[in-house]
Amino acid sequence: MSIAVLGATQSPASIRPIAKAYPTGPAALLVEHATKRFKVDRRKPPVMAVDDVSIRLERGEIYGLLGANGSGKSTFIRLVSGLLTLDAGRVEVFGHDLVREEMAVKRLINRVSVDAAFFKKLSPAENLSFAARLYGLDSGEARRKAALIMARLGIGEKRMGRPVEQMSRGMQQKVAIARAILTSPTLLLLDEPTTGLDPRSKLDVQTFIEELQADHDATILLTTHDLAEAERLCGRIGILAGGRLAVEATPEGLKARVAAEHGLVPTLESAFMAYTGRSLDDDVEEGEAEPAE
Amino acid sequence: MTAIQRDVRAGYAFVERNFNLTKRYWGWEVAFLVYAVAGALSVSLIGQSVGNRRLLMSLVVGAVFWNYLSVVFQSIGDTITWERWEGTLEYTMMAPVRRSVQLLGSALFAVVYGLIHTAVLLVVLALFFSLDLGHANLGAAAIFMVVGSASLIGIGMLAAILPMMSVERGSQMVFVLQSCLLLISGVYYSTDILPGWMQLLSRISPATYVLDAIRKALIDGASADQLLPDLWPLLAMAFVFIPVGLWGFGWAERYAKRTGKLKRVG
Repeated sequence: MSIAVLGATQSPASIRPIAKAYPTGPAALLVEHATKRFKVDRRKPPVMAVDDVSIRLERGEIYGLLGANGSGKSTFIRLVSGLLTLDAGRVEVFGHDLVREEMAVKRLINRVSVDAAFFKKLSPAENLSFAARLYGLDSGEARRKAALIMARLGIGEKRMGRPVEQMSRGMQQKVAIARAILTSPTLLLLDEPTTGLDPRSKLDVQTFIEELQADHDATILLTTHDLAEAERLCGRIGILAGGRLAVEATPEGLKARVAAEHGLVPTLESAFMAYTGRSLDDDVEEGEAEPAE
Repeated sequence: MTAIQRDVRAGYAFVERNFNLTKRYWGWEVAFLVYAVAGALSVSLIGQSVGNRRLLMSLVVGAVFWNYLSVVFQSIGDTITWERWEGTLEYTMMAPVRRSVQLLGSALFAVVYGLIHTAVLLVVLALFFSLDLGHANLGAAAIFMVVGSASLIGIGMLAAILPMMSVERGSQMVFVLQSCLLLISGVYYSTDILPGWMQLLSRISPATYVLDAIRKALIDGASADQLLPDLWPLLAMAFVFIPVGLWGFGWAERYAKRTGKLKRVG
């Protein structure tokens, strides 16, 4: 393992092994100086949603992106997904430039967002079949694969034919994850995938993410408000504040750094508060307040 | 897998998905069909009431085939609105699918769906009014439905841009555009009675030529040769509107990605 895949700031003692991160070949995700502003009012200057952010993910790595509501996490995920255009900077996925080779990049990535968006009247089978066809899978292969993934996530075949709207929030999120996995993405973008889930569903999803990394060699960019989840899953963590990447390190590195630099208890919560300038309670109370788009 | 196979599969995804949605919303489908039948009968009964068989046929053709054209236009025009409503727009836009494939897949479903609607309407009205279609040139009418669909699909694509650019106003504007097409295309009357400026507008509506040709084919049994003056404008409009619609859609997608308007709303 190369030090290059780890946070540049931590000491060797704080290096935590990153399971299956292979720093050979092109980066799984390379973002250089990504910048995005939104004009929300003609009379006011644009809002800086993502400000000169650069990150590099190696194949097989899980990278956590933390930040307060409105810090630019979802905007960053959308930029990497190609759902927003960059004002400056560039994005590369496994050596393919997002702008020049858009279709090649699209075949390599998929995304799960906090809101499990489906055609709610359609069944999981119908929603998954639609997604599979969009990504070029044939229907037989898609059905077999979907049944396997859904079974692994605890959703039986009986449920596959009922409308999604009849499922619980946790079930819907599992179907959303199945939809993303079905297309075999080599880079998976998970935007708060466990937000709003009950503890059991959350645990199921977290375990599944670990399996994806271990068994399928997936590279994952994960945004979350759950610090325990970030600590459990992520090899490295970046904290966004006001659209800028305030700090980046392994979980252990972050704890060590906040203790050394700020004299705080070495926890991720301390690091979150120190580098975002706010507490978790502030974040929860404020609610979802993404930069206006 | 070749690029063509991939495109066919992706295009079919939209046909299958829309079919599944139609199946799941079957109650609404029945309700819409009943409304369409009742509306067509109500309008056509005006012709019956004045005892004018030609007027009756003219109104039947107007009601039935406007229903077809409006179903096709609305299905394509609502491509984005529907996805926005369900919250799936970002997922569809992220998929490795060319916009032309997405729009043509949606258009194919719209045409098949419209044809089924129209067939039901036509059968009900033919039975209700004991229509004699013995002299009708059904082949010519079918050709004009196909060619007319192509030119209307282009306008539908342009209309689909609106909900992408303006989240709240877009679908309202699609509705207004559809209403304007109804007004200027001579659905229930000849375009000759319209004010001069409206007659000019009627010439750029594909529906004007489709309805005129189908009336001639079904009521007078006009041959394909006699209908050529209506065919050329439709072919020209299809040739212009589809590429312009695709280009416009691409432009609107870039605009939406620049300004963040793909984000879920509704």
